[in-house]
Amino acid sequence: MSPLQLCLAFSSVLFAVGLAGALARSNAILVLLGLELMLNAANLNFIAFWRYGPASTPATGVVFVLFSIAVAAAEAAVGLALVIALYRRQKNIRLPEATHLKG
Amino acid sequence: MKPILSLLWLIPALPLAAAALGAVTPRSGRRRAAAAAIAAMAGSLILSVLALRAALLNPSAHLYLNFDWFTLGSATVRLGWLLDPVNGLMCVMVSLVGLLIFIFSLGYMDKDENFARFFCFLSLFAAAMLGVVVSNSLLLLFVSWELVGLASYLLIGFWFQRPAAAAAAKKAFITTRIGDLGFLLGLIWLYDSTGTLLLYDGGGGVLETHALGLLGAGGLPFGLAASTAIALLIFCGAAGKSGQFPLHVWLPDAMEGPTPVSALIHAATMVAAGVFLVARVFPLFEADQALRSVPLHALTVVAFIGAITALLGALIAVAQEDLKRVLAFSTVSQLGYMMLALGVGSWTAALFHLLTHAFFKALLFLAAGSVIHAAHHEQDIRRLGGLRGPMRLTFATFAVGMMALAGVPFVFSGFWSKEAILHAASQWDVSSVPLVAALAGVVLTAFYMTRLVCEVFLGHARSEESSHAHESPPVMTVPLVVLAFGAVALGFLGTPAWPWIQSRMTGQPVAAHSILEGGGLMALSIVLVALGIGAGAALYGLRPRTDSAAPDPLAASMPRVFAFLANRMKLDELYAATLGRLNSFLAALSDVLDRRLWDGAVRLLARLGQLTGSLDREADIRGLNAGFDAVSSGVRRAGRAYSGAQTGAAQGYLRALALAFVVLALIAMWGGGR
Repeated sequence: MSPLQLCLAFSSVLFAVGLAGALARSNAILVLLGLELMLNAANLNFIAFWRYGPASTPATGVVFVLFSIAVAAAEAAVGLALVIALYRRQKNIRLPEATHLKG
Repeated sequence: MKPILSLLWLIPALPLAAAALGAVTPRSGRRRAAAAAIAAMAGSLILSVLALRAALLNPSAHLYLNFDWFTLGSATVRLGWLLDPVNGLMCVMVSLVGLLIFIFSLGYMDKDENFARFFCFLSLFAAAMLGVVVSNSLLLLFVSWELVGLASYLLIGFWFQRPAAAAAAKKAFITTRIGDLGFLLGLIWLYDSTGTLLLYDGGGGVLETHALGLLGAGGLPFGLAASTAIALLIFCGAAGKSGQFPLHVWLPDAMEGPTPVSALIHAATMVAAGVFLVARVFPLFEADQALRSVPLHALTVVAFIGAITALLGALIAVAQEDLKRVLAFSTVSQLGYMMLALGVGSWTAALFHLLTHAFFKALLFLAAGSVIHAAHHEQDIRRLGGLRGPMRLTFATFAVGMMALAGVPFVFSGFWSKEAILHAASQWDVSSVPLVAALAGVVLTAFYMTRLVCEVFLGHARSEESSHAHESPPVMTVPLVVLAFGAVALGFLGTPAWPWIQSRMTGQPVAAHSILEGGGLMALSIVLVALGIGAGAALYGLRPRTDSAAPDPLAASMPRVFAFLANRMKLDELYAATLGRLNSFLAALSDVLDRRLWDGAVRLLARLGQLTGSLDREADIRGLNAGFDAVSSGVRRAGRAYSGAQTGAAQGYLRALALAFVVLALIAMWGGGR
């Protein structure tokens, strides 16, 4: 397998693990962890295509990933704040019980 | 660029900061407000002296520092600071006289409970006045100018509990506003024709050759130049602020304010702003002189208005019974002299007189304040009298001020500056009316000042209040002494033998003459002064009045003339009968129009609106409602159905997303994505 294919395979596994975690876990923090795994899988794809792809232009992949990491950091901060707010409301952080936004 | 130029903005900014501090100081923070005001003023004075020194190194140069204020579309509004000997001298004068008056106020306003507010307003005024002086842009000057008007309004109405003070404040504000409207129109016209309001801007300013050539060429009807019209509009503003006929009526009423205010604003500085403005933009006033055959030159108007004001103010001052009003009308008259000097083309004489007048008139007002303070706010000269004994220092300084104002020869500054004006008027080739008016004013000035001194200080006390008078505290008398010194010494800077001020202001050496140059004129004016003082002393000094109810000696001999003058030539009544009547008529007309005509039209329109409204309503209820009802109930049903999908369980949404992702991925893999 070429390095590109290896990277893609790894990122697919990472993504699947993250998705499974996000879907199956009921603890909000673990769900957030799953989301981060999926994001990192996507970041890995960016890097891989930039590094081994056909036309490698200077630093595009890295810049994408830097932005993505910055956004992910902000998102994690918001997510953790939501978790705290959730805890204050229902004294636990179980997502299946957090259905207050039901339409 | 000189470093002082970049500090020039501090001269007005320091008092402004003190005013801001005063505004947030509670009523109990008397000491803090006063200390801030005085410290700021002292700082401005130091900076002014430094600025003047820098300006005197190269008197013919105009140093300026311009900067962009804001950009609107393609037009950039620029402001700037200016430094030359003229405004350097003005700065020093304003901040020095201001500082002395601030210190005097410490004593005079001691008992007032709004002490802190008073110093806040005084600082605001000083900031605005210094802003007028140092700005290099007519726009910035106008802004400061309006601030001066505001501060004047606040200070005249300082004792707003008294209806007379509140009315006087309003009168001052509105009267000067009439003039300011002309000023503003002039500025707009000027901006329209030159595209700038900067005074000096490296060849692009309105006082520089290019703009003046543009404005000075004839082009209006009758061959008038645009500069004539603009100059006259600007002169409207100057006449309003400087109390020139016919807008002088506010100045005497402004004496309702506290006496230090009268000294600072209505004698030394604010009223001088108009004269200063005309002198500042003098090239603009002069630009139409090259046109020979036009019916009107701007400066001719200025000269005649000045002559009328000088004579009228002096005449009315003769018959006033209120200590401060006599001084107020004498201010009107002296401002008339300055305008006259400007009109006959000698702006250096006007500014020289402005500087000397600032000192001796501030001195007179402060000495009057000292008298009023000592006599428990009695200011009717018939009820004063005999104050020479108990108030020696006040009497001595008042006498110095009186002799300077009357123009007692050789020693006092007023003599030299007045002589310069008379000399300029005698050289004017258009008309000799200003000279005659000015000479008549000289006699009258000497006469009414002698009358004032005799009535207030000689004879015996004629009321309870004045018999208990005693000398004021040193905080009030020391400024008097300093001002008295200035009132004497300043004159020697501008004598014909050593015309220092004139040569520094123009930036060119002015040839020194013998003291006796124009000796005939000088001798004539000395004789006239002697005549005035002699007549005054004969009428009031030899047999001082003994009873406060006794009629004035002049009133006894010609009662009707005296009453006419005492009523200020009935000008207020004339305005009330003409302009006031016209205003009421227009108001009544507007009222009728409003109630009958416009109101009817509005009611008709409203009826029409009502009619169409009810028509619409009928159409709506009968024709359209069913359709809209059907649509909205459909939307409501759909909303209810879709809201079932929103379970609130976040992972449920995620699951749907993942499923959709898998489905899309499968489609992409098996050729659907091609």
